[in-house]
Amino acid sequence: MIHSLFLINCSGDIFLEKHWKSVVSQSVCDYFFEAQEKAADVENVPPVISTPHHYLISIYRDKLFFVSVIQTEVPPLFVIEFLHRVADTFQDYFGECSEAAIKDNVVIVYELLEEMLDNGFPLATESNILKELIKPPTILRSVVNSITGSSNVGDTLPTGQLSNIPWRRAGVKYTNNEAYFDVVEEIDAIIDKSGSTVFAEIQGVIDACIKLSGMPDLSLSFMNPRLLDDVSFHPCIRFKRWESERVLSFIPPDGNFRLISYRVSSQNLVAIPVYVKHSISFKENSSCGRFDVTIGPKQNMGKTIEGVTVTVHMPKVVLNMNLTPTQGSYTFDPVTKVLTWDVGKITPQKLPSLKGLVNLQSGAPKPEENPSLNIQFKIQQLAISGLKVNRLDMYGEKYKPFKGVKYVTKAGKFQVRT
Amino acid sequence: MMLAIKEAASDMSPYVRKTAAHAIPKLYSLDSDQKDQLIEVIEKLLADKTTLVAGSVVMAFEEVCPERIDLIHKNYRKLCNLLIDVEEWGQVVIISMLTRYARTQFLSPTQNESLLEENPEKAFYGSEEDEAKGPGSEEAAAAALPTRKPYVMDPDHRLLLRNTKPLLQSRSAAVVMAVAQLYFHLAPKAEVGVIAKALVRLLRSHSEVQYVVLQNVATMSIKRRGMFEPYLKSFYIRSTDPTQIKILKLEVLTNLANETNIPTVLREFQTYIRSMDKDFVAATIQAIGRCATNIGRVRDTCLNGLVQLLSNRDELVVAESVVVIKKLLQMQPAQHGEIIKHLAKLTDNIQVPMARASILWLIGEYCEHVPRIAPDVLRKMAKSFTAEEDIVKLQVINLAAKLYLTNSKQTKLLTQYVLSLAKYDQNYDIRDRARFTRQLIVPSEQGGALSRHAKKLFLAPKPAPVLESSFKDRDHFQLGSLSHLLNAKATGYQELPDWPEEAPDPSVRNVEVPEWTKCSNREKRKEKEKPFYSDSEGESGPTESADSDPESESESDSKSSSESGSGESSSESDNEDQDEDEEKGRSSESEQSEEEGEKKKMKKRKKVPEGQREGSSSDEGSDSSSSSSESEMTSDTEEEQVEPASWRKKTPPSGKSAPAAKEISLLDLEDFTPPSVQPLSPPTVVSTSLAADLEGLTLTDSPLVPSLLSPVSGAGRQELLHRVAGEGLAVDYTFSRQPFSGDPHMVSVHIHFSNSSDTPIKGLHVGTPKLPAGISIQEFPEIESLSPGESTTAIMGINFCDSTQAANFQLCTQTRQFYVSIQPPVGELMAPVFMSENEFKKEQGKLTGMNEITEKLTLPDASRSDHVVVQKVTATANLGRVPCGTSDEYRFAGRTLTSGSLVLLTLDARPTGAAQLTVNSEKMVIGTMLVKDVVQALTQ
Repeated sequence: MIHSLFLINCSGDIFLEKHWKSVVSQSVCDYFFEAQEKAADVENVPPVISTPHHYLISIYRDKLFFVSVIQTEVPPLFVIEFLHRVADTFQDYFGECSEAAIKDNVVIVYELLEEMLDNGFPLATESNILKELIKPPTILRSVVNSITGSSNVGDTLPTGQLSNIPWRRAGVKYTNNEAYFDVVEEIDAIIDKSGSTVFAEIQGVIDACIKLSGMPDLSLSFMNPRLLDDVSFHPCIRFKRWESERVLSFIPPDGNFRLISYRVSSQNLVAIPVYVKHSISFKENSSCGRFDVTIGPKQNMGKTIEGVTVTVHMPKVVLNMNLTPTQGSYTFDPVTKVLTWDVGKITPQKLPSLKGLVNLQSGAPKPEENPSLNIQFKIQQLAISGLKVNRLDMYGEKYKPFKGVKYVTKAGKFQVRT
Repeated sequence: MMLAIKEAASDMSPYVRKTAAHAIPKLYSLDSDQKDQLIEVIEKLLADKTTLVAGSVVMAFEEVCPERIDLIHKNYRKLCNLLIDVEEWGQVVIISMLTRYARTQFLSPTQNESLLEENPEKAFYGSEEDEAKGPGSEEAAAAALPTRKPYVMDPDHRLLLRNTKPLLQSRSAAVVMAVAQLYFHLAPKAEVGVIAKALVRLLRSHSEVQYVVLQNVATMSIKRRGMFEPYLKSFYIRSTDPTQIKILKLEVLTNLANETNIPTVLREFQTYIRSMDKDFVAATIQAIGRCATNIGRVRDTCLNGLVQLLSNRDELVVAESVVVIKKLLQMQPAQHGEIIKHLAKLTDNIQVPMARASILWLIGEYCEHVPRIAPDVLRKMAKSFTAEEDIVKLQVINLAAKLYLTNSKQTKLLTQYVLSLAKYDQNYDIRDRARFTRQLIVPSEQGGALSRHAKKLFLAPKPAPVLESSFKDRDHFQLGSLSHLLNAKATGYQELPDWPEEAPDPSVRNVEVPEWTKCSNREKRKEKEKPFYSDSEGESGPTESADSDPESESESDSKSSSESGSGESSSESDNEDQDEDEEKGRSSESEQSEEEGEKKKMKKRKKVPEGQREGSSSDEGSDSSSSSSESEMTSDTEEEQVEPASWRKKTPPSGKSAPAAKEISLLDLEDFTPPSVQPLSPPTVVSTSLAADLEGLTLTDSPLVPSLLSPVSGAGRQELLHRVAGEGLAVDYTFSRQPFSGDPHMVSVHIHFSNSSDTPIKGLHVGTPKLPAGISIQEFPEIESLSPGESTTAIMGINFCDSTQAANFQLCTQTRQFYVSIQPPVGELMAPVFMSENEFKKEQGKLTGMNEITEKLTLPDASRSDHVVVQKVTATANLGRVPCGTSDEYRFAGRTLTSGSLVLLTLDARPTGAAQLTVNSEKMVIGTMLVKDVVQALTQ
């Protein structure tokens, strides 16, 4: 299915290639570069490119292009999903998925790629299994390996691969047994000019960090499971149990993983925790405009709103901006025309605002549209949908684990049109 | 290579078989001549029952022989049932294969609907009526088509849809998409809706995923608009989306627009028009145009909006608007003279060639609506003719020709001027057009015939263009495929076949025994009705695999046991005698049951002679072989092999009655009292040594053997004294589970003596027992003599004092003393009690905390059905079943014999196989051990 993989950095160098069947010449990437040039923006490169003999399916992750070469019909999502899984694995192994990290660990990268795909068909993609096969790099191990010349590929077949719970490795042992869950909810919203909500939705995930010995069998229940409208599960979750009792029952993989992601039905009214007052205007026939944005909290349920950042993509004709923030700091990049205002915490007593003048290219017509504001924020200890974890029970093991649940609400794709 | 693959394909380990499946396409790509052999291997691996192999082998199937759909028939149901447990990559491959399969094997679920709905759909083109049509209209229409027989979905088709549905919740976008396309292609219209939610969820994912999903949603939304309508807002566009995503979302929004939601959609479009992304703005304008054509009500609004855009500063926007307006005006030109005039004014400013050309065409086409302006425009254009783009020049010629025909007085000179200019143009296309036009419109001597019709040629009424989505006809490709995305056939694309007219024979998928793990109710029922034997026997044929799966093993066991029961293993020559044996066995068995029904008390005494009689009768047939076996007995090595044979010959009647006993217990599963009607002498089937042999063969099945053979006692027949050690006296024991007559606290143990020596054994009795504290024994009455070849049974009672300590005692004959010990399994230390559900709950409530022991377990496929669970639990422990309201829960209750403390067992089994076993008992030790035993029995 997947024939070859090329990793390409932002400047267009192919710095790693891997072929699972016969070798495909690097020149096949020229088609990709052509498309990239045409697209102008990295995000606009079409994920699927058809060339005379091959099909190129690519993803863009962390400033890298993963370009795979396909020869025959295959569901494109299959390849895209796999490429993302590869990127996730690199992230998991090296802490980051960057060109430097990949180059530093080129041996492990090849070992991983070899193990993940067999003749173009995905073989072992679960991080738990891979980690048993190929040990993640540590300083000590790399020193030992370079002295002894041994590789870090394990000789034994991972036990999990054969069992019916392939995501968990066997023989896990911890002195401190812990299970932590992060309930992270993101508000996606579009607010129109007048401040009314065009569209709002809550997207949530529960990320887990499970460090438990043996084969624990966990069940997590919610106070109000009916809130969850649409849920997608990690394969470890017993679907039937959820269907009948709305309880998440699972034998967890070891380490960090995403347990579920869910959407809270859009029928429910979503409480928007901030409001924005804005007036951005460009004067006709003069090379300046006014910019005034104020941000304030709304219905924050007694919690403070932190980490507020406002990002604005200014029109191309904007040359420079001369602003004064009452709180935080701002930067304006004259090349990309991106204004970033790092506000920090919002206190209702003193509303932060950013005011000032915009310098425009002289002679150019005034911009048609006002730029829209993208807002980031974070509210600790709150799940905006009201979702609450009721309890976590563990079966199958005797010890008592430390348990913890953390709630965070963030802004997702939160956009204010002006 | 081929040999290696073949060998690996029948390996014990599923991982090896998986790897073998991976090797198949590799070998195929190296040497395609081996295809036939490879297909054999694939066929074999397809029959594999492990989830690990399924994905890989289907992948190999798709690469090597996707056309051999016949290989799937037998495995179809199995694949459907396994699907949820296969790893993600395998799921994708299997689902897309099954989609194709289903298209060839089942009838279209929409055949009735599609016929009916074509009419309303045409009548209300562009409206939402088709989705809103209630069932009522369908019924009415169905009545109108009485000839067509009502559609009934094939149960296998339903099975596929049901089993794939949970996968919509997968974390993998590829799986979700695969299921979505399966539903889109296979599900009846009413059910397709479920996929919308999942697809919308994917829109939160990486932009590449969004891109692919939106492409597919765009295609779906043309056909099934109602499906995505509730999610309209999810397709709203953010300024941060990449352009390609924006354009796809726009496509979907346009497809979803209808009479009711058009105001909101248009309001959204208005915001988009002011975007900085000009490509996107252009696409939006086109989208508005499409909405206007599709929804008549808003046409004027759209047109006005577009006209306002004509004063936009951005030329691209204006140009795009002009092009769209041109298309819209073609639909109803009469009312729009004003707009045409406005457009004509724009010719001075607009530089985009396409827009200029469009304006010129419009003026030419509707020159009678703007009789004054048109010649003036032509004058201007003639002036700038040389500087225009080619496409504009062509339209100038066109305009000139049309004006010449309608208004030749004013424009004759201008036309001639333009044509002259065009004659010497650099572009041959323009020169050609000029020459052609001149001949047509300017009357000359020869060309008179054509020029008379020139007006008809140029000013014929033209049909309005239809603004269509570029995704309109994409759905002939399988959704989610690369070909669909590229809108071109990719190499290796498997065409999605059309539904068959007539359903192919559904029986091809019938495997003799339906998979009973997660199958439909229908099948479950069928399965229940089936007698036990045909059930296990039917499994053997096609589904047998290299897999060391307990099911298949148990089946072979049961076979071998039945064989041994009927004495088949004795020499082949005495077939007839066997038959005789069987008949006798059966008759005696029926006799037994009759008698037992009436006089239970008499039973014990009656049994012994019966057994003797039967034993002797069977001996007639097997004399020759038994003598031969005796002659061989001297050599120790052969002894082991001969032994079972000789034993079997001695116990054929008991062997016969064991299956009978089984049948009894299986027929009325629900009341699982240890049947007191149980024959006394022969509750066991196979001789100890045979059981021992089987145990030697396979470790895993050892607990299964007894449970299958004699469901009465989990422990089966245990050996107390081996024939060799006992110098010809073989002794074994069973727990009969009957109350011991002398002392209710005692466990009654049946001791079976067999004399295989050639001298009679005399004076069998129990010698001085050395017992741990509390344990006591009620000895059996002395057996005076046991003649050679004879066997007999005695009952003794042991009070184990609720512990599993062994009772050691001596077995004495006249000449010898043997030290023996009996260790009871914990399950035998109790007796069933009967209570109602409420009592059970009440008692259970009292026994919580320390007294409650809980264990999680996963039931293997083989032991998920009701009767297997009940059978296994009751075989392990002497408990009585307590009726239970819920179907997934099993309850059992009993009391320990000595102290009479309650033992309550609850098994909460989910259909997925996960189960929770809870034992509540005052005796914690017993509880713990019981949990261990039951879990072991259930999971094996």
